[in-house]
Amino acid sequence: MSDTLNSKPGIALGYRLQWEEVQQCHVLLYPEGMVQLNDTAAAILAFCDGKRSVLGVIAALENEYEAEDLREDVVAFLHEAVDRGWVRYG
Amino acid sequence: MAKPPPPLWLLAEVTHSCPLQCPYCSNPLDLIPKKDELDTENWLRVLHEARQIGAAQLGFSGGEPLVRKDLEVLIGAARKLGFYSNLITSGIGMDAERVERFRELGLDHIQVSFQADDAVLNDYLAGTHSFQHKLDMARAVKANGYPMVLCFVIHRQNIGQVRQMLDLAAELQADYVELATAQYEGWALLNRDHLLPTQAQVREAERIAHEYQAKLKGKMRIYYVVPDYYENRPKPCVGGWGRVFLAVAPDGLALPCHSARGLPGLELHNVRERSIEWIWNESPGFNHFRGEGWMKEPCRTCDEREKDFGGCHCQAFKLTGDPTNADPTCAKSPHHHLVEKAIDTSELGIITSKPIVFRQRNKNSK
Ligand code: SF4
Ligand code: SF4
Repeated sequence: MSDTLNSKPGIALGYRLQWEEVQQCHVLLYPEGMVQLNDTAAAILAFCDGKRSVLGVIAALENEYEAEDLREDVVAFLHEAVDRGWVRYG
Repeated sequence: MAKPPPPLWLLAEVTHSCPLQCPYCSNPLDLIPKKDELDTENWLRVLHEARQIGAAQLGFSGGEPLVRKDLEVLIGAARKLGFYSNLITSGIGMDAERVERFRELGLDHIQVSFQADDAVLNDYLAGTHSFQHKLDMARAVKANGYPMVLCFVIHRQNIGQVRQMLDLAAELQADYVELATAQYEGWALLNRDHLLPTQAQVREAERIAHEYQAKLKGKMRIYYVVPDYYENRPKPCVGGWGRVFLAVAPDGLALPCHSARGLPGLELHNVRERSIEWIWNESPGFNHFRGEGWMKEPCRTCDEREKDFGGCHCQAFKLTGDPTNADPTCAKSPHHHLVEKAIDTSELGIITSKPIVFRQRNKNSK
């Protein structure tokens, strides 16, 4: 577990996070596909820059949104994002 | 009528020209001549207008898009507009430098298609020596920091080699492999008796695909979709007619699906005359099969109609003569026997007396 918390998540090769004006939401684009993201998912992914560790992402989110105890949500989301191939650990 | 949702996919069929001659090509038999192709300026306008109404994915396809000398211009513009752009190519017409240029201009993804896993069959099907170059290009794509995405079009002539194809892909360290079924349109429909695999071949290929999916999990993603002829239910028509997909043919005709040209009763418009916004939102062609008003029995009262939208109208037309019929690949269709008969022909291994026809241009229409 602590291993994962210190590793650095980044958007996977070939994926791009972007705001879509017409759809009024963030989307993740990838080879021949796209997913619409809810605000939480978009906020987390925006900090997955391959330089911050998972702990760093959590801290950045808590700071940005003046929130506490985001760890569980972020870890759960990243787990799923890795499973779907959106995020890779560098 | 309420305004339809935005198109998400723009397929830019920039040319029908192609150095290869695949007999499974789904381009129409009447290939659009080069002189009728949209010019750069018109393509740039199409990209701009499609992006404005919400298209986010862009596919450059053809024919062979690399034939267009202005491809670099279009790729650069697409990136600036915020498209995620995909190049769907045979790899013939680029070298490592051109791949690098595409990268710098902001192309997001390159899919290289193969005809087979070995040079002999590949080059026979392609009608030219191209295998070695494809290998080089697959490697060049990856060397430029792209995911390597390979596509094998599967049919009777090569379906026995799915294992070897996947081995080749693994050896090349591909990230994604698509085992795509030939779409029985255009040249592929003409050659269907040579191309349609048997039920047993389809299931064996599926088994091997699953075996490799398990074996290579986390390394290489493999997509294999059983062809609709064998499924008893149709595939949904391009995500629903006029719901997500907009294609523009080389001559500028805007199409709700890339094979919709020539459907009877369908009024299509050209991007030279009308804006993309009007075509998508208002044109009779894009509204033609929106909703369910057009449906007949058995689709009209079927509880699966929101899943497949009655299937493929082009296929219904080609096989039954009426695009408002249920797609005959559906077991509920009164025309389903037409599909069964085609499969039977394949089961019997009947060698048709018609020779296989390689794609070519009518000599008079250069
Ligand atoms: S009857 Fe029509 S709607 Fe129902 S499954 Fe078949 S094609 Fe789809
Ligand atoms: S009808 Fe078939 S070929 Fe036509 S648009 Fe739909 S899926 Fe494509």
